[in-house]
Amino acid sequence: MTEAPLQIRSLSVAYQRKLVLWDVDAVVQPGRTTAIVGPNGAGKSTLIRAALGLIPSAAGEVLFFGRPYAESRPRVAYVPQRESVDWDFPVNARDVVAMGLYRRIGWCLPVRSRHRKLAEDALADVGLADFARRQISQLSGGQQQRVFLARALAQRADLYLMDEPFSSVDAATEQAILEVLRRLKGEGRTVVCVHHDLDTVGDYFDDVILLNMRVVAAGSVAETFTKENLRKTYGARLSLLDEAVADLSRRGGPMR
Amino acid sequence: MDALWRFLLLQDHNTRVVLAGACLFGAAAGLVGTFLLLRKRSLLGDTLGHATLPGVALAFLLAHAAGLSTRSLPILLGGAALAGVAGVGAVLLIRRISHIKDDAALAIVLSVFFGAGVTILTAVQQLPGGASAGLDHFIYGKTASMTSADATFIFWASLIVFAGCTALFKEFALLCFDESFAKAGGWPVRSLDILLMALVILITVVGIQAVGLLLVVALLVIPSAAARFWSDRLGVMAGVAAAVGLASSAAGVAVSAILPRLPAGALIVLSSAALFAVSFVFGTRRGLIVRSQDEHRAVKRLRREHLLRAIYECAEASGNAAAEKPVPVASVHEKRPWSARELAREIESAAEAGLLTTTPDDAQVRLTTRGFAEARRLVRNHRLWELYLLHHAEVAPGRVDRDADLIEHVLDPRLVAELEDLLDAERRRAFVPGDPEKLSP
Repeated sequence: MTEAPLQIRSLSVAYQRKLVLWDVDAVVQPGRTTAIVGPNGAGKSTLIRAALGLIPSAAGEVLFFGRPYAESRPRVAYVPQRESVDWDFPVNARDVVAMGLYRRIGWCLPVRSRHRKLAEDALADVGLADFARRQISQLSGGQQQRVFLARALAQRADLYLMDEPFSSVDAATEQAILEVLRRLKGEGRTVVCVHHDLDTVGDYFDDVILLNMRVVAAGSVAETFTKENLRKTYGARLSLLDEAVADLSRRGGPMR
Repeated sequence: MDALWRFLLLQDHNTRVVLAGACLFGAAAGLVGTFLLLRKRSLLGDTLGHATLPGVALAFLLAHAAGLSTRSLPILLGGAALAGVAGVGAVLLIRRISHIKDDAALAIVLSVFFGAGVTILTAVQQLPGGASAGLDHFIYGKTASMTSADATFIFWASLIVFAGCTALFKEFALLCFDESFAKAGGWPVRSLDILLMALVILITVVGIQAVGLLLVVALLVIPSAAARFWSDRLGVMAGVAAAVGLASSAAGVAVSAILPRLPAGALIVLSSAALFAVSFVFGTRRGLIVRSQDEHRAVKRLRREHLLRAIYECAEASGNAAAEKPVPVASVHEKRPWSARELAREIESAAEAGLLTTTPDDAQVRLTTRGFAEARRLVRNHRLWELYLLHHAEVAPGRVDRDADLIEHVLDPRLVAELEDLLDAERRRAFVPGDPEKLSP
């Protein structure tokens, strides 16, 4: 049996004295796409960032392919939120994608032509072949998101952790990202996305982790993404929720 | 005049030493300053410079007490470096253990360290021989008094900075651009950060000898800020920054050689400011001129589009739109809030571009085949966008990227087809152009 790409055991994270994640347990199944869903401030991004060791966790254990992150690093790729960087930085799209190859290039060695070729291939995979030499501030928001995705693709990882890749992107970008998710899944790779749009969870993902400080429910979308579980996750914001659920059943989603 | 020739021919040994030292320092400061700027730590550089003063003064006191030479540069600069490290450490400490924000922490450390430095310095000057020790040179810089030994010291320090920045170029770039990604990828972000700050401290310590600790931050920040106007590539930017730093140092030293009563350090900073001003206006990537040209082009394109759409809509209003149909200029004028002169100018420029022809009395315009196709494309695109915003307002803001010229580039085909159906429905009521790609032969 293959090891779970990501296993989180009673992970707790606190900012100052405020608890953000509380005893989170989660297992991500290999070769599937998983959405982490929850209200604002539920700790969705924090979960990913703590799992990767970007922020200190108060307690708990995170295993990637059965080992600590430091040992599984080459098999894991991270797509941060687009807003986390300054896009005015003096590099072009290809330079950013090449950053995904820096570990493979190694310390102190420059990016060579074969790496640039790999970066261009990754850009082509997200439909940005013509934008390789475009300065990154001159890309639209959706294109910037795709550049980040291409950088992760260039890493050729087995597990992709993406922080809100679908957040305020244009439709062309949405299609390009979906295409990539399908292809990664077809190659047996695993994808975990922080996702905010309840309408599309059923269409885009196999599994879902409903998070609000702690895991409310986790499992396949068909079994887990129920009205009852969503109510538990989102609490009082019912009217909004009912709308989303109604919408989902209209589309022939898992709830009827 | 004589002084200028003496300088240009590098006749004085002293001039040669000073020029070489200052230029090396300027280039190295520009290079490492590029990363400091991109890491958004420019103010930390300033705090660092001011924080070196108590180090220099304390080192003097200790050397004096221990009976060592109080003029030994390694001792004084060693003190400066340690004080610089302490200053940076104090900023980090304040930031970590309190809720005080960055800017306040920097201001506190800068002023407190400088105040302490001034206090100790005053004490030093009351010591026998202290007044003539020339410690105030460290505040304002005394480039002209640079010795061969100083220049050698600058040479080695600059060499370390060049080597460090070249070897770790891509690592520093990654650190400055996306720290989270670097950390997730397993790069030792903290060590890289410390290394970068160490190089900055090194060049600062070297610089306080040349331009003084008040002004050293100028050569860290101004050349790289100027370089940003010239390039969108990091490598080019770093090179330009080094060149600007070198050129400013050379110019400053030259002017002070010709006018010996002016301080070289301040002249170096003023030279870099002049180069910054030139870059700001003439920079080929983000300079004022290039930017206003871009804006001008965009406005021109927009006006052209407005004109074509107005003509098309006039033709359409008076029956079926067709390429050969002449349209009175007066009715186009009604559609656009332009003055008659502006409109005439737009029409003339569109005619020159071969998009339309005018009747000899300029009373009527007629789109050419090419102008008609273009106008139809614009009108269709515009109306699809309008429909989209009207019918999909709930999803619009995130998805609408009106920079993209064609709706097909932004929306998926299904949605465009849906909008076209809506458009068709409206066309039965009004004459609305179809998709030129589909309809035209």
